[in-house]
Amino acid sequence: MTRIADAVTGPFAPVRAFFRRHRSLGIFVGVALLSIALPLLTRVPPFDGIQSTNAWVNAFTTAAIYAMLAMGLNVVIGFAGLLDLGYAAFFALGGYTYALAASPFSGIHLPFWPMLLAGGIVGAIFGVLLGAPTLRLRGDYLAIVTLGFGEIVPITLMNADKFTDGVNGIGGIDKPSIPGILQFTLINPWPMYGLVLVLFTLVMIMIYRLEDSRLGRTWDAIREDELAAESSGVNTVIAKLQAFAVGASIAGIVGVVNAAKITIVTPDQFRFAVSISALAAVVLGGMGNTIGVATGAFIIYLFQSILLKQLNTLVENFNIPVLNQIDFLEFQYVLYGIVLVLMMLKRPQGIFPARRRMREFAPLKIGKGGLK
Amino acid sequence: MATANVTSASAGRLLGNLRLPIGIVLFLGISLPILGIDQFVNALTLGAIYALVALGYTMVYGIIELINFAHGDVFMVGSFVAMFISSSLLGAEGSITNVPMLAASVLLLFALTIAVMALIGALIERLAYRPLRRAPKLAPLITAIGVSFILQNIIQFFFGPTIVTVPQLVPIEWSIQVSGSRVPLLNIFVIGASVALMFALQVFISRTRTGRAMRTTSMDRDASSLMGVDINRTIMITFLIGSGLAGAAGVVHGLYYGNTSFALGFQSGLKAFTAAVLGGIGNTAGAALGGFIIAFIEVGASAFGYGRWGGAVVFSLLVIFLVFRPTGLLGSHSGDRA
Repeated sequence: MTRIADAVTGPFAPVRAFFRRHRSLGIFVGVALLSIALPLLTRVPPFDGIQSTNAWVNAFTTAAIYAMLAMGLNVVIGFAGLLDLGYAAFFALGGYTYALAASPFSGIHLPFWPMLLAGGIVGAIFGVLLGAPTLRLRGDYLAIVTLGFGEIVPITLMNADKFTDGVNGIGGIDKPSIPGILQFTLINPWPMYGLVLVLFTLVMIMIYRLEDSRLGRTWDAIREDELAAESSGVNTVIAKLQAFAVGASIAGIVGVVNAAKITIVTPDQFRFAVSISALAAVVLGGMGNTIGVATGAFIIYLFQSILLKQLNTLVENFNIPVLNQIDFLEFQYVLYGIVLVLMMLKRPQGIFPARRRMREFAPLKIGKGGLK
Repeated sequence: MATANVTSASAGRLLGNLRLPIGIVLFLGISLPILGIDQFVNALTLGAIYALVALGYTMVYGIIELINFAHGDVFMVGSFVAMFISSSLLGAEGSITNVPMLAASVLLLFALTIAVMALIGALIERLAYRPLRRAPKLAPLITAIGVSFILQNIIQFFFGPTIVTVPQLVPIEWSIQVSGSRVPLLNIFVIGASVALMFALQVFISRTRTGRAMRTTSMDRDASSLMGVDINRTIMITFLIGSGLAGAAGVVHGLYYGNTSFALGFQSGLKAFTAAVLGGIGNTAGAALGGFIIAFIEVGASAFGYGRWGGAVVFSLLVIFLVFRPTGLLGSHSGDRA
């Protein structure tokens, strides 16, 4: 759309212009460079003192999984403008799909690769099943319905113990393998790192291409003025369903990968806080901006799992009274809350605003003082 | 022709006015023999708590069309404030058997908790919601979710993640006999206090000047503003009352269950919201009715051994109602919206 027309200036103008024209290639190169740079960075102080390179790589893998979730949610919230508060449910459904298809609990051991697709399909089916009756609802009602769905799924997984082993969850899930070449293990984080980054690249390319497609423009139109879109001949219900299905299938695929990575799924992994953590990443990064949202997810994840953990060890080492009673890791939830409130009040377009969103939120400043 | 229309319309209105009492009598009449008197009283008590919380949701939604997601957590904070007041300020460790002492303590407990919670609620409105009043609708909703998480974590920080004991000021042994069953006085007191508060609210909304301002603001904010209604003040009063009622619910919860936890707000908040939707959001009588219905469903489910599914049933009900009958059982015709 407008991106190509924008003038490119600065010292790297030719390079940036090239990647602006070939964006998918740009994403590929960018993720590849980053995936090499990040592990190298963990070998230099102060990062090497925090944890081993393997632990770092593991953390980056989880961060990328979380970033994919946020990007998927961004399709629903940022593109189509539908607030989905039960996004973790699709993540759960993907995870349980793989857990039931490849674990000692079910006695079935299907290979990992086709299950990736199956997770996506299961996610999409449930996305459509939830969306079909509910997408006619107004924005805030839709939010609550999805929240209800997000609660019903873990409750059902917990109570249907015959099929899911209840609160214990399903453990011993098979690790992926490429027969004869590579077997993923819990000790070696590198194969999973590679797999997740490949998926991350594909998801990001797909989302960017979707954004610029006819469907992406339809979502723009619906988000900005649903009535106007409808009168211009857009089938809003179908387009919204597609947004739901795309978001849910990404969550389903990510759920499969996540289950294969940590080899256990329990209902507690998919509570409301997970949906909110993804929402916080979307809001922090800037609704509608895919790279921004992925960055937001990385920031939040690294902050909560590295920085807060560091605070714990720091306080323990110095044996500061009162403070060493506190488990700083528990502050991750308050972090989500603070991110949501502060961003909405002070910078609703996010740290990396999408171009369109900047304009959309601009009139907000006028009404800032409320009714007076 | 015209006369016939008027007659049928007034007959319809009469039926409409009687719909609620008839429904309630039928509902209670059916559930009493099914549940038995113990569970029946239990459900009424739980219903009173849900109803008090649901009122806050419905009032705020009625006036600014915001699902105040943090309201369940305001209720939770209320239960902690009540715990703090009765154990620290009043120095109570268990029940108080001296009747005048008990009456004074309970009265003080209610008054203080309601006052503190009303202030907290108004503060949240001022800091988190008022700046966003003209923003896109989802912005305040997202803020409300953030406030909910912050409240939960403040409480968890000060009181820990475990269940906290609350002194049960009213002795649970005191009871009266009703057709062979023992009905604790505590339950009767809880139900009575809640119903009194709801009644007072109805009178306030329908009879006072401020109540009228609340009703007009919910109908048309700009027009009321032109008629001289102070919108900011009216909305703040709505939050004061809603949060105060949640505080009262927190007191009642502590007296009745004898414990509380930081996670109380999310689940009960969602159930109370379901109650508000069930009754017709924006409709105060409907919210009260919805609260009792939700409680009866939940108590009924556990009485028949499906307690674990109670939550899922309630949330399914929420989804079904929002999809097929978003105006709820009583609807929300502007007359009694507040």
